[in-house]
Amino acid sequence: MTTATASHDDHHHGPEKGLMRWVKTTNHKDIGSLYMWFAFIMLLIGGALAMGIRAELLAPGMQLMEPQFFNSLTTMHGLIMVFGAIMPAFVGLGNWLIPMMVGAPDMALPRMNNWSFWILPFAGGILLSTFFMEGGAPAFGWTFYAPLSTTFAPDSTDFFIFAVHLLGFSSIMGAINIIATVLNMRAPEMKLMDMPLFVWTWLITSFLLIGAMPVLAGAVTMMLTDRNFGTAFFDATGGGDPVMFQHIFWFFGHPEVYIMILPAFGVVSHIIPTFARKPLFGYSSMVYATASIAFLSYIVWAHHMFLTGMPVAGELYFMYATMLIAVPTGVKVFNWISTMWRGSMTFEAPMLWAVSFVFLFTIGGFSGLMLGIAPADIQYHDTYFVVAHFHYVLVTGALWSIIAATFYWLPKWTGKMYNEGLAKVHFWWAIISVNVLFFPQHFLGLAGMPRRIPDYSLQFADFNYISSIGGFAFGASFILLTYIIIDCVRNGKPAEARPWPSAKGLEWTLEPKAQYHSFNTPPSRKLIEQESQNS
Amino acid sequence: MSEQEYYVPHGTYWPIIGSIGVSTLFVGFANQMHGVEWGASVMALGLAITVFMMFGWFGQVVNESTNGMYNKQVDRSFRWGMSWFIFSEVMFFAAFFGALFYARALSVPWLGGADNNIFTPDLWNAFSASWHQMAFLAPGTELQSGTTMSFPAVPEGLTIENATPADVVDPWGLPALNTALLLASGVTLTYAHHALRAGHRNQIIGWLVATIALGVAFLGFQIMEYSHAYADGLKMTTGIYGSTFYMLTGFHGFHVTVGAIMLTVILYRVQKGHFDADNHFGFEGVAWYWHFVDVVWLGLFVFVYWL
Repeated sequence: MTTATASHDDHHHGPEKGLMRWVKTTNHKDIGSLYMWFAFIMLLIGGALAMGIRAELLAPGMQLMEPQFFNSLTTMHGLIMVFGAIMPAFVGLGNWLIPMMVGAPDMALPRMNNWSFWILPFAGGILLSTFFMEGGAPAFGWTFYAPLSTTFAPDSTDFFIFAVHLLGFSSIMGAINIIATVLNMRAPEMKLMDMPLFVWTWLITSFLLIGAMPVLAGAVTMMLTDRNFGTAFFDATGGGDPVMFQHIFWFFGHPEVYIMILPAFGVVSHIIPTFARKPLFGYSSMVYATASIAFLSYIVWAHHMFLTGMPVAGELYFMYATMLIAVPTGVKVFNWISTMWRGSMTFEAPMLWAVSFVFLFTIGGFSGLMLGIAPADIQYHDTYFVVAHFHYVLVTGALWSIIAATFYWLPKWTGKMYNEGLAKVHFWWAIISVNVLFFPQHFLGLAGMPRRIPDYSLQFADFNYISSIGGFAFGASFILLTYIIIDCVRNGKPAEARPWPSAKGLEWTLEPKAQYHSFNTPPSRKLIEQESQNS
Repeated sequence: MSEQEYYVPHGTYWPIIGSIGVSTLFVGFANQMHGVEWGASVMALGLAITVFMMFGWFGQVVNESTNGMYNKQVDRSFRWGMSWFIFSEVMFFAAFFGALFYARALSVPWLGGADNNIFTPDLWNAFSASWHQMAFLAPGTELQSGTTMSFPAVPEGLTIENATPADVVDPWGLPALNTALLLASGVTLTYAHHALRAGHRNQIIGWLVATIALGVAFLGFQIMEYSHAYADGLKMTTGIYGSTFYMLTGFHGFHVTVGAIMLTVILYRVQKGHFDADNHFGFEGVAWYWHFVDVVWLGLFVFVYWL
């Protein structure tokens, strides 16, 4: 019983030497970096698949690939971006920032934190390996509706199911850790309503993860037994129902879309006040709006299923409940705009990304409202309008906020400044190309072009051509982003402790490059009040 | 360790070992299902690695705890962690209960022609909708999934309107006995907790042994119950009632097994003197888990066996 005393921690050691540091680490900053790099690599892989999709759609007719492979590309692109890029990137940001923002030395359960990350490369590996299996990768769309995913799917689907199980373990453990950190490791002098909004939004997101991910695990488990053990959950010949799959999937899937956007709201609520040089407008309404959105996200799932068959009363209920989400979301958008109102604004890279987030995410929100109107959705359902909608909220929403956060906090992570001129060039390159890429897809969808189809009729040719050109340009912009980040890490000029003079938050009180162990003693009440967003 | 300090552990190999173990287990399982020869052995290897990881990881935590390296704050983190883990389990079971309710209230009646469903008579000529799904199709009909169903005869006049699960499995036989056993085990566990707080080690051991015995008895009766149901023709492959029946009770039985193993570990730790009246979260966490498993059973008894 005495052996364990050897592992007693003295708090003051630095990182271990060598590669094993990254495997063994229990440090929230190390794990945050691992998450961010993993997410970035997956973003590039998912992006490469998207380039394949846009290359096939460059012109009508079959161009490069078999239809089955095209379907694999759309499926794997969606899965990799959702589960491999966006979610891990937000968990990475949460890991890096939450302990510093609440004045804690680390996450509450550091060893479990390591496991949350180190499951991901294995899950990602299993998922990607399906490309090389007989019968090809899953090709049923990222929503894996039964019976496409049960009766008619390739053998590799079982590997996909286990990959989803592993990703679910990782997310649930990450969420539990964040709840325990925020509620238990927060500086004793910090009240809940002192917490920065990124912490608030992540806390609420964690409850969504713990409520939704196990339901996804249940759905894929039912798929597994339907496929291999003869159960009849989604098989009408045995009394089950393929539509039931959609209900269970979207009970997970709708909270999932808020899992990918609530932390983005948090990020933007930090950046806009900093560069408008004004306090955040309506701090407490932001908190309550976030909680309302999270609650509503659990009771609107069937608006994804207006065309799969539902009693009219059900359609009406899900339509009105969906419309209701526009209220708290509107509160947030107006708060951001009011924060900027008469501010002395400057447009450094993080602000450019944050302001364009507000504008473009709102476009995505409005097209979401259009899709939420049950009778109108009969026209829009499963068209490119839907593709345009969710890429506006996920690319120019979630991904935009991740890039904004990266530029905003990169000085604190590396102790160095990125190249502002190049970052601005990259921003304008990305924002022009992304709109060339996705905006024409609205028109394609309204004109009736279906999604997930490798070929299309001639009247869609022009807009698809434009969209593909935008896609290639947008894809290429990530080469420049990679260069800017590596250049910052290697050659960046030393940053100040508070590189953005009007930024608030405990993280800026640390050294320019946040020390390996920060806040070994909790910050004082005075410091917390000085750095609070709620003032 | 003082109350003002934070505890941040050193680096650890256990998580990466766990990832290797669980991935090996899953890859082996998938291959085994696809009829690959080495599937089962790889699966066993993965399970062994995972169990090794759990021994090592939990052992390290137990050592650190008994060496007094944890303070109240660490204790609270464990409490938050365990409670939200249990909530995630609740949501996992909720998915299967949701499937049960959906099939019972919607899909089976619809297949039987409810709600002006004009298609059913044409599509399903010889169809009679009865809950528990043992009478849908003629014996030997092939399912979409390729499985062949064989149904026992359905009692005369049994339909979705009047059938209950009681027509398949009598809830007031073994299931009622099992309910009593699990509820009793919740009581004995609470007595063990009171004894622990009072510091009476022999009483703790007695009540814990009783709890484990009740859990094992439950599992034994559950196996008997399965063999009866199976002999009566209720299988996973006989439609949606069999699917929900075996998946819900199966996952529950798995959780009872895990709970009984955890209680046995706690029994061992009580004998080793790891706990005192104020500091015994290991015991409490397992007790919470056991009560959760109890509550799930009550849901099963009411909705799977009785109503």
